[in-house]
Amino acid sequence: MKSSVIIFPGSNCDRDMDVALKKFGFKNKMVWHDDNELPKSDLIVLPGGFSYGDYLRCGSIAGKSNIIKSVIKFAQSGGLVLGICNGFQILTETGLLPGILQQNKNIEFICKNVHVKVADKSNKYFKNIKKEILELHIAHNEGNYFCSNNDLKFLEDNNQIAVKYCNAKGNCNLESNPNGALKNIAGVFNKEKNILGMMPHPERMIDKYLSGEDGALFFQNLIGNLG
Amino acid sequence: MKIKVIVTLKEGVLDPQGKAIQQTLNGMGFSSVNQVRQGKYFDVEVDDSDETKAKEKVEDMCKKLLANLVIEDYKII
Repeated sequence: MKSSVIIFPGSNCDRDMDVALKKFGFKNKMVWHDDNELPKSDLIVLPGGFSYGDYLRCGSIAGKSNIIKSVIKFAQSGGLVLGICNGFQILTETGLLPGILQQNKNIEFICKNVHVKVADKSNKYFKNIKKEILELHIAHNEGNYFCSNNDLKFLEDNNQIAVKYCNAKGNCNLESNPNGALKNIAGVFNKEKNILGMMPHPERMIDKYLSGEDGALFFQNLIGNLG
Repeated sequence: MKIKVIVTLKEGVLDPQGKAIQQTLNGMGFSSVNQVRQGKYFDVEVDDSDETKAKEKVEDMCKKLLANLVIEDYKII
């Protein structure tokens, strides 16, 4: 399976993602944002970081970069596109995913492990994952998901909510919502579920000694579903 | 020609920075302040000489980049 990770000026999780993808069997290539063409890929990843210094709005400038035109084309033809953290922000700014990531409700940068509940398994990203609750890492200042009432209804009606913040027991409540996100939403799909954007970083949870391995489950499962 | 644009959060959209500013102002003794909404201001310099056409272009810029219409409104002044 071939993957490509896009590097924007200010991306800082690109190499972590490269390590994670390779560890679980992807042949990964790094692609510069100013390139026009994507290498042949089964999966495109927009990594975390602070593309273009978060100028204007997080992800807004990256959303207009050269390579994004090819990413949009790839996504619209059914290709798998995964956006993590800043990558999620970029996906909302391009309009590939609905809504926007606003500043965290408490105006603080949050960097900690959280639990998320897998809300939908009828997709290539989470199908066959045995666990219902994953422990993943978040590190963001703008992770407070918001969308219009119409978009929310559409998301709910089509099971497009991918993961929700919850506590260790799987309860999604105010206490387990780290950033004020609407309905505890931590990640969403497009209608066809080939595009996934989420704030938590699975690439940071792939080593049992350093972190925990719930991120490893995510990548193992993903490559398994692509075979 | 310089076109001015103000981008503000839509009514009802949470503005934690505005809220913090309001609370700080209250704490400083400006007790009559009951809400602050923070926005953005842009000076856009364009080469066009026709103001109507220039404003149309800037409106297009607002829709495509300067504002995110999910949560923001823009005003060209």
